[in-house]
Amino acid sequence: MLDPQIVFAALLNGLTQGAVYALVALGLTLIYGVLHIINFAHGALLMAALYGVFFLNARFGVDPYAALPVMVPAMFALGYGLQRFVIGRARHGRDENVLLVTLGLAIVLENAALAAFKSDTRTIETAYTFSTVNVAGAMIAVPKAVAFLGAVAAAALMLLLVSRTDLGRAIRAVAKEPQGARLVGIDVEHVFAVSFGIGLACLGAAACFLLPAYYVNPQVGNGFVLIAITIVVLGGMGSFAGALAGGLIVGVIESLGGLWLGESLGQIGIFLAFIGILLFRPQGLFGASVGKSGRA
Amino acid sequence: MLELRSLSVRFGGVQALADVSLSVASGGIAALIGPNGAGKSTLFGVVSGFLAPDSGTVRFLGEDVTGLAPHRLCRSGLARTFQIVQPFASQTVRENIAVGAHLARASRREALAHAESVAERVGLAPQLDKLAAALTVAGRKRLELARALATGPRLLLLDEVLAGLNPQELAAMLPVVRGIRDAGVTVLMVEHVMQAVMNLADRVLVLNEGRLIADGTPAQIAEDGRVIEAYLGRRAAEAAHA
Amino acid sequence: MRELAGIAAFALAAALLPAFVTSGFALNLAIMVLYSTLLGQAWNLLAGFGGQYSFGHALFFGTGAYAAAALQVHLGWNAWLALPAAVACGAASGVLVGALSFRYGLRGSYFALVTLAFAEVFRILANSVAFTGGGVGLLLPLEESAAAMQFAGKPGFLYLILALVLAGFLLCWWLKRSRFGAWLAAVRDNEESAAALGVDVFRVKLAAIAMSAALMAAGGVFYVQYFHYIDPHLAYGPAVSVEALLGPIVGGLGTVFGPLLGAAVLQALGELTRNLAGDVPGASLVAYGVALVAMVMFLPRGVAGLLARRGA
Repeated sequence: MLDPQIVFAALLNGLTQGAVYALVALGLTLIYGVLHIINFAHGALLMAALYGVFFLNARFGVDPYAALPVMVPAMFALGYGLQRFVIGRARHGRDENVLLVTLGLAIVLENAALAAFKSDTRTIETAYTFSTVNVAGAMIAVPKAVAFLGAVAAAALMLLLVSRTDLGRAIRAVAKEPQGARLVGIDVEHVFAVSFGIGLACLGAAACFLLPAYYVNPQVGNGFVLIAITIVVLGGMGSFAGALAGGLIVGVIESLGGLWLGESLGQIGIFLAFIGILLFRPQGLFGASVGKSGRA
Repeated sequence: MLELRSLSVRFGGVQALADVSLSVASGGIAALIGPNGAGKSTLFGVVSGFLAPDSGTVRFLGEDVTGLAPHRLCRSGLARTFQIVQPFASQTVRENIAVGAHLARASRREALAHAESVAERVGLAPQLDKLAAALTVAGRKRLELARALATGPRLLLLDEVLAGLNPQELAAMLPVVRGIRDAGVTVLMVEHVMQAVMNLADRVLVLNEGRLIADGTPAQIAEDGRVIEAYLGRRAAEAAHA
Repeated sequence: MRELAGIAAFALAAALLPAFVTSGFALNLAIMVLYSTLLGQAWNLLAGFGGQYSFGHALFFGTGAYAAAALQVHLGWNAWLALPAAVACGAASGVLVGALSFRYGLRGSYFALVTLAFAEVFRILANSVAFTGGGVGLLLPLEESAAAMQFAGKPGFLYLILALVLAGFLLCWWLKRSRFGAWLAAVRDNEESAAALGVDVFRVKLAAIAMSAALMAAGGVFYVQYFHYIDPHLAYGPAVSVEALLGPIVGGLGTVFGPLLGAAVLQALGELTRNLAGDVPGASLVAYGVALVAMVMFLPRGVAGLLARRGA
């Protein structure tokens, strides 16, 4: 039996990591919910954002948290442009095309990073990198505590945006009924691009919160794609609250799995949970029940 | 041939079928009618194995087939069509019908040949090499019928094969259905087009709010006050009897 | 019959290649095109013919590769015996995944994701257990002889992969003219209709995933024999799954020759970008990715669509 104190610390660690996962997944679930596409370039775009934060810090001495007002709009603009001028135009009404294009984008981004920055793993050092706070007896690294609070705040902000603003109403209308939204005069292409932009803006924020306690290399995004997809499915595809809860759950599963099974085998818990959810509750833990359906 | 005993199905709070018992004898055309939401499609779903009933039994050719999967029911001689036609859109009419024909024929050549002869029976012969997606509504209804027929059924469930047809198409379809009966296939059809029901069926069953409320010849049903009430409301029923 | 003639002509041309081309580079390119074709055929069988899109075909590839390697390394089996055993293991992994996901009616992106997750689970397991060599992987003992399926020259490997690709072609050709193929196409187009016409949807899908997985596992065996080495990332990583689906989508889904066409185009594109970009790591793949995106933007129906339009 493990010391409860250690388990508690692992739990907190899992929650902090999970909050960042949730932020990444939130972007993915928004894109899925509105455009009904799985953005396979999501991880690569997170990697690009991490490099952005890294160079702002290395070249201009910008603190990662102070980079937020730069990274969030920059990623939004990138996302808007990508959807409007590349992904949207390549779709041609076939989902396989979106798969190919986002895979292609991932290949481009990853290898551009490899060509430009080599495969070195880079980290940054800030005054608070190694400071810790005491949470009910468990020592938590300050960057992780900040990441947790920041990710939760960003998620809350996004929820407000989508539920309370005119833009949010347009997004929800397009998500539900794109043809109908077009008929009532909503510029659907614009809303698609804005949604994609917001999805990437989440990555910009996630990168700022992540980097002080993390690292960046050209492959860093790969690990995140699968985890983010897992969270999106876990939370019910397209559900914000689900993504937030799913992120926290996955963070905790990973952390506790690592504690009991060791670093490399620990991740298996996530995917087993993922398979279980897909098989037994494909609408996600928090999605509405699909009810009685025919056997086909 | 087909015997239902106390079938009940609930969807959440809605009682789609409530204690329905009925039997269909071999030969002839029986029609199942009733207002929207009466439970006709649910009944077809249960009989063809796409839905499991909450209680009750389905017997087909003397065997208990309750809860049997659709493909096994089809193999034992019970075929159905769908109200919303579901062709294999990327395949030709011939290939579509051949899928049904393959049930009893392993050889591709024989199945395709049989598809051709079935197409002739339902009047699809000129369109054998067309893509199913390119057919008109009437054509798709015929295709739906042809595929089911190609499986060589003893009992054929037709789910609104006449709906959405214009008067000429309707008139052309009636002899096709009669021809199926004359070939010895028992037909049970859900139908909204009353004129066609009265014309085709030798027996009419009426469902309302999940219950069987009437069962008789078309002439008897046309006179039945409960049926008129179910369709038109109480006032109309009273007027009819006044 | 035209397709059969096409397959025969292709087989003849490929078989005669070593008689005219001796350059190791060119033969290697031909081998890689065929290898990529095999992976594409495997994926195409399930996705193009059966409508079940998998993102985790690496699962079957890796299982075949590890089975072949482990049987030779740990148990001292001959490679020619290990090949059918490994293919059977791959098919079994296909049946396992298929039985679980099809039993619960998973379709569309849910099926894609569950295959992806299974591949990840196997990657993590392969990293952690002893008989796969953990993260270090398995190295095949070098024994250059046809008896050990480690040919001294490229032509031997060319004939080996050609034989496997031919098996894939004949399987697809058979699908186009058999009852099973008709059932599979029916399931792809509309599961409900298929079931109503007496098709056992579950078993048809299960058989299809088993065949697809068997071909993919054969690809894994070839990989091990050609490169003598396998590790968890090579075996179960997403790169193989992507390679398997890229070719058929580019070349034409659900067609007999699509995977070959796609593999040829993508390999040529890869070579071209490697030559243009030179030695900077990653640069060639950037060009490759850009070309891929551009191809989808401007050739939405794939290369096959372009050919069809020209031919019409």
